[in-house]
Amino acid sequence: MKISPFWIITVLILIGGYLFAEWAENQFLFFAGYVVLQSLIMAVAWNILGGFTGYVNFGSAGFFAVGAYTAIALHQFLEAPLIVLIIIAGVVCGLIGLGTGYLTLRLRGVYFAIATLAMAIVFESLITNWEYVGGSTGAYVITPTEVAFFDSYIEMLFVLMLFLALVSVAVSRYLSISRIGQGLAAIRDDETAAECMGVPTLRLKLISTTVMGAMMGVCGAPFPFFVTYINPLSAFDLLIAVNSIAMPMIGGTAVWFGPVIGALLLGTIQQIITVTVSSELNILIVGVVLVLFVALAPRGIVGLVQDVMKKRRGK
Amino acid sequence: MANSLTIRNVEAGYGSVRVLYGVSMDVNDGETVVLLGSNGNGKSTLIKCITGIVQPSGGEILLSVDGQQVNLIGKSPEEIVDLGIALVPEGRRLFPALSVEENLMLGAYRKAARARIEENLEFVYTAFPRLRERAGQLAGSMSGGEQQMVAVARALMSEPRVLLVDEPSVGLAPILVSRMIAKIKELKDERNLTVLMAEQNFNQAIKIADRGYIIVHGHIEFEGESADALRNNEMIREYYLGA
Repeated sequence: MKISPFWIITVLILIGGYLFAEWAENQFLFFAGYVVLQSLIMAVAWNILGGFTGYVNFGSAGFFAVGAYTAIALHQFLEAPLIVLIIIAGVVCGLIGLGTGYLTLRLRGVYFAIATLAMAIVFESLITNWEYVGGSTGAYVITPTEVAFFDSYIEMLFVLMLFLALVSVAVSRYLSISRIGQGLAAIRDDETAAECMGVPTLRLKLISTTVMGAMMGVCGAPFPFFVTYINPLSAFDLLIAVNSIAMPMIGGTAVWFGPVIGALLLGTIQQIITVTVSSELNILIVGVVLVLFVALAPRGIVGLVQDVMKKRRGK
Repeated sequence: MANSLTIRNVEAGYGSVRVLYGVSMDVNDGETVVLLGSNGNGKSTLIKCITGIVQPSGGEILLSVDGQQVNLIGKSPEEIVDLGIALVPEGRRLFPALSVEENLMLGAYRKAARARIEENLEFVYTAFPRLRERAGQLAGSMSGGEQQMVAVARALMSEPRVLLVDEPSVGLAPILVSRMIAKIKELKDERNLTVLMAEQNFNQAIKIADRGYIIVHGHIEFEGESADALRNNEMIREYYLGA
């Protein structure tokens, strides 16, 4: 059996991440790394619907927050282990993705975008008024001080996030290079024509919204344990929605590795600026970089590199 | 095995606008039937009814494939493609940001055609050598004639029994229309297809037609049992030949 280099690299990165967690002393690296990986998963998830299928979703923060609050609710109720919370949050958000798909996919273009934004606001109001998970005052989570195999809880969260990120990238890569990806690209290009060719457009769009929702939910579930205090304001943060759109746009939306490049680059820049300048400057940086890319390189870094390579070959 | 299409009293429209008023037609096995009519008379709507893009409000569309008869009304476009009907849409409707080969692969989405993608790709590349040369090029960057080749080749990738061709002449220079029409005839003979072609360009369509119908304001006004019967029909003279 032939193993593709992708899987070898994936396993190496995971092992590398664990060894890094064991060796590195500076705890900040894990916090920063966690945030970058979190936005990477969000970007990869957004890109499945926004990039591959061509449906722009403004409600990413909604899925993320529902994932986080599902984890909180179950943690209060069951005290279930984190991995169980993550799986259930993924299922819940996947179902919400499926429902959103059924309700809104008749809408196209800007109308779909507005509907997803509205959905996020509905969830925010619901959670703000749900006392069990803390309502508008928020909820505290007390994390264990000792974990097996790791020196600290944050190290475990970092390696867990790395694992989830690699799984998300693998899923997204599978969707993009398989027959499903061909169908999604056809929907993005001309949905009616895709339908005429016998592409099962509804089914593919529902797969797309479901996977996106599940991935965002999985990404949100560990968040309360990372920040230890969560309120609706932080879970539905505008920056989450903005980042998950900006990162794929900067990296390149048409291929699976576009959002990965965009997230690593923009995420790292954001972390450096948070430390060296200020955390408020973050969102301004995202805005400026996004405007520059939309104006100068609409197909993102991947598109830019492709253009340069084409020119080289031409000469 | 005989493949045929039987259309009976089909009624259809968009919202409150009625377009088809009890249209009946037959497309028998191995025939090339043309549906003639100028713009706005319902040709494309009928094609959309057959492919399931528009749901008729009444009537029957029966497809016979391999001795089985299926009513297409109520079926989704993907189910209809699965049954063996392929469409070359009006205005080609390619996927402009995908390469020629990716466009062709999308034609092979039908389950029955997946196993023979390689052979079918070879077949369409042999039929249209230009497409082999341009396999990696973006479909949107090709000339109109080449795009029409992609549209026809893409339809053939699904190994259809019945091929629907909607206005192949739109946006093409007359010489390219002639070539394309001749090519459709050639491919039809090679692949034993049954063809229904909607066209407003009478002189071109009649070259390969076995029979034809004239549709006016959603009614079939004339049924010509042969190409000559169509050529000598008064309505044709009035509408198309300006005599």
